[in-house]
Amino acid sequence: MSAPSRPINGSNAGMSHAARDLAASRARAPHTSMFLRMLVRAAVLRRGRAVSALFAMIVAAAVATAMLNLYVDVQAKLRREFRNYGANIIVVGRDGSRRDGASLPSDALAQVDSVLAGRGIAAPFGLIVARTSDGQPIVVAGTDFERVKQLDKWWSVSAWPQTTAARFGDMTYYENQNPHPVAQNATRMGHPASSSPALIGVRALAAVAPKGQAFDLSFQGHTLHVTPAGTVQTGAAEDSRIYISLADFVAWTGVQPSTIEVAASGSPEEVAGIMNQLTQAIPAGDVRPVRQIMEGEARVLGKTRATLLAAAALIILTAALCVLSTLMGWVFDRRRDFAIMKALGASGRLLNGFFAAEAAMLGAIGAVIGFLVGIGIAAWIGRVNFHAPVVPRWSVLPVVLAGSMAVTLLSAILPIALLRRVQPAVILRGE
Amino acid sequence: MFVRLVYESFRRQKRRKLLAGAAITLGVTVATAMIAVATDIGDKINRELRTIGANLVVTPQEDSLDVEIGGVNLKPPTDGAFLDEADLPKIKGIFWHNNITGFAPMLPVSVAIERDGKWQDVTLLGTYFAKQVSFGTDEFTTGVRSTYPWWKISGAWPEDSSRDILLGERLAGRLGEKPGNEITLAGRPLRVSGILSTGGAEDDEVVAPLALAQEILGRQGAVKRVYVSALTKPEDAFARRDPKSLSGAIYDRWYCTPYPQAIALQLTEAMSHSHAEQIRQVSQNEGAVLTRIEGLIFLITLAALFSSALAVSAAMATAIFERRAEIGLMKALGAGKLAVAAIFFAEATLLALLGGLAGFVVGSMLAHQIGHSIFNSEISIPPVLLPVILAIAVIVTFAGSAAAIRRAVGLDPVFALRGEL
Repeated sequence: MSAPSRPINGSNAGMSHAARDLAASRARAPHTSMFLRMLVRAAVLRRGRAVSALFAMIVAAAVATAMLNLYVDVQAKLRREFRNYGANIIVVGRDGSRRDGASLPSDALAQVDSVLAGRGIAAPFGLIVARTSDGQPIVVAGTDFERVKQLDKWWSVSAWPQTTAARFGDMTYYENQNPHPVAQNATRMGHPASSSPALIGVRALAAVAPKGQAFDLSFQGHTLHVTPAGTVQTGAAEDSRIYISLADFVAWTGVQPSTIEVAASGSPEEVAGIMNQLTQAIPAGDVRPVRQIMEGEARVLGKTRATLLAAAALIILTAALCVLSTLMGWVFDRRRDFAIMKALGASGRLLNGFFAAEAAMLGAIGAVIGFLVGIGIAAWIGRVNFHAPVVPRWSVLPVVLAGSMAVTLLSAILPIALLRRVQPAVILRGE
Repeated sequence: MFVRLVYESFRRQKRRKLLAGAAITLGVTVATAMIAVATDIGDKINRELRTIGANLVVTPQEDSLDVEIGGVNLKPPTDGAFLDEADLPKIKGIFWHNNITGFAPMLPVSVAIERDGKWQDVTLLGTYFAKQVSFGTDEFTTGVRSTYPWWKISGAWPEDSSRDILLGERLAGRLGEKPGNEITLAGRPLRVSGILSTGGAEDDEVVAPLALAQEILGRQGAVKRVYVSALTKPEDAFARRDPKSLSGAIYDRWYCTPYPQAIALQLTEAMSHSHAEQIRQVSQNEGAVLTRIEGLIFLITLAALFSSALAVSAAMATAIFERRAEIGLMKALGAGKLAVAAIFFAEATLLALLGGLAGFVVGSMLAHQIGHSIFNSEISIPPVLLPVILAIAVIVTFAGSAAAIRRAVGLDPVFALRGEL
């Protein structure tokens, strides 16, 4: 015969050999390869139905992932919003008998900063009552503008006073152009001849410098020349005050700050921990919570999370039911496969195993893809709504995976249990 | 014949119809509940945010500067101008009076108190605790008990008409006073009904009924400032425009929006010689928090609508796919594609309406339940939601069925009848 026949002959001879091998290997592992083949072919041949079931699974897993991620993360996100309310802890000098509150030790702010270690922001305030040149009493506060800018974001400020480096230019310009008699007076008193740039409360401005001109303040015989740099409006006590930088304040009055406002971030437990540390670090200070902020925050956060939980439960329930109905339809659809397998002598356990494995596979694949999609959704919601992405929580993955597989298994086992009672012949006849 | 077909289909295939109907009901339930919660969440959270305190303050127009450190006013008490207590009920007469959740007048008075034989000045704050105020036929109760819910009392709240007072926690500690003690303030014997803890400046003060503070000051009807709690809309660019520069209809729109600025303007108008302003710490931040929470719930409602739409479509597709043999029979008997599709669409519409109605009822109850268990208040469901929900249910059911019906109608009746598809 021609060349091609030889391999056939050869293979014929070999095949009996191979067939024996195959039979032997099948005897050893009777189901495995067939089992896998059935699983894969079932998915490939009825691609449309399998894809729609997988799609439902992915959507459900994605929605569940996004909701759980949001639920875990929303608290941190909202807490950050609440930190815009400013201080939730205040530290005041502990000596109740004095009206101004006693001064805190000069290293108090450094202590607070080391306790916070990046978990919040603190701003010092020193307060005194000064007199204007016509004898009117006015509250002057010394503070760190850079810190206040971050702490009290609701302050409506027309222009923040320049920081020290930038200020020197202004100062020399001012002294060259228009030396003020009182400024010279201040020089004679041994105080820097500077004019302090100040943030003036809107009501104070109307009283002391209606035209925005520079003016003098005196405290215990020392005079300070003040240039309005900008105005502050808050609707509260700040409107009647004058704010100058802490360095100018201490140099002028010799009074150390008496209050440190602290906005500590974190859960109520973490904030309580920070308060404890502050109490230990600053024995001369009285550490108090700002209850109105803390309680309001706790209430709003609690209600929002409860609402979110209810919404998550509803959404996950519908998504699970969507998967259930799609999958049950799919399995019902394949009752002929089921009947043929049964007619060919497959045992009930094998059939259960087959459909269960199929469902578990679908659940696992759907859960993993859905998890990734869900993280994307959560991150998108975070960016759109909170302007910060929601951090993926990997701890959600096992929950979603287990939930998905439970739902898919349930939706596979339920129809099988119904079909088991029916004779294969009835199904095959199409009844 | 058409009606009969649809009717018989409902009568004979109860199980299938029930399954599809249940899916629609569930989807609509979730949609209704989420929409109701989402439309009301702003109001609910706004009320919760009011626990942070008043967001507006009314002060006398021609007031001299406050000289106040740590809540202690260093100004002579008779200094400056006052508001008139008789004007207070008018706060409930402004355009947005329904948005005013409460107000509390304040009158700080400096009084001398004896401690270890030495006289010491403390601030006595006159205010309303829970005062009955009436404007026209409108009766309401207001005062610090509603505007400052974080004020904690050990002992009892004083009556507004009584001569009882509250002592701040730290002040009481220094004086060694307990609830029930008699104390002499400004030459008057007064009873301490409770110890007040606020975590703020009030802990060093005496809080008394407004009438008592007026009597000590010697000025009837005097009020230094009024703190007003109002439900406001988060400020936007339009809110920040100067009302004086707005004209006609635009001004009306600004005035009739519950912006903090607009309510402040209305308060200024309502009370003579007054100036109302927003307390920026409260009003600015609550806008931000409110916007975030509303946005979050809105996005989640979209997710809920999407997943319930998907659930309904999946159920409908499954239900129709199971009825291939029936479709094959109809077509074999000579029914056109249009006739078959019409029957299925009619069934879908009927199912959607029934399921939608049931879902709306259950969803309303669910929203009600959520409102009660989370916010302790009613979640109102606008009646206009019913037609909207029904329309959504019909559209989603149609969309969910369309693909399945199209495929089923395109089947060859021979194969369908032999059950080979």
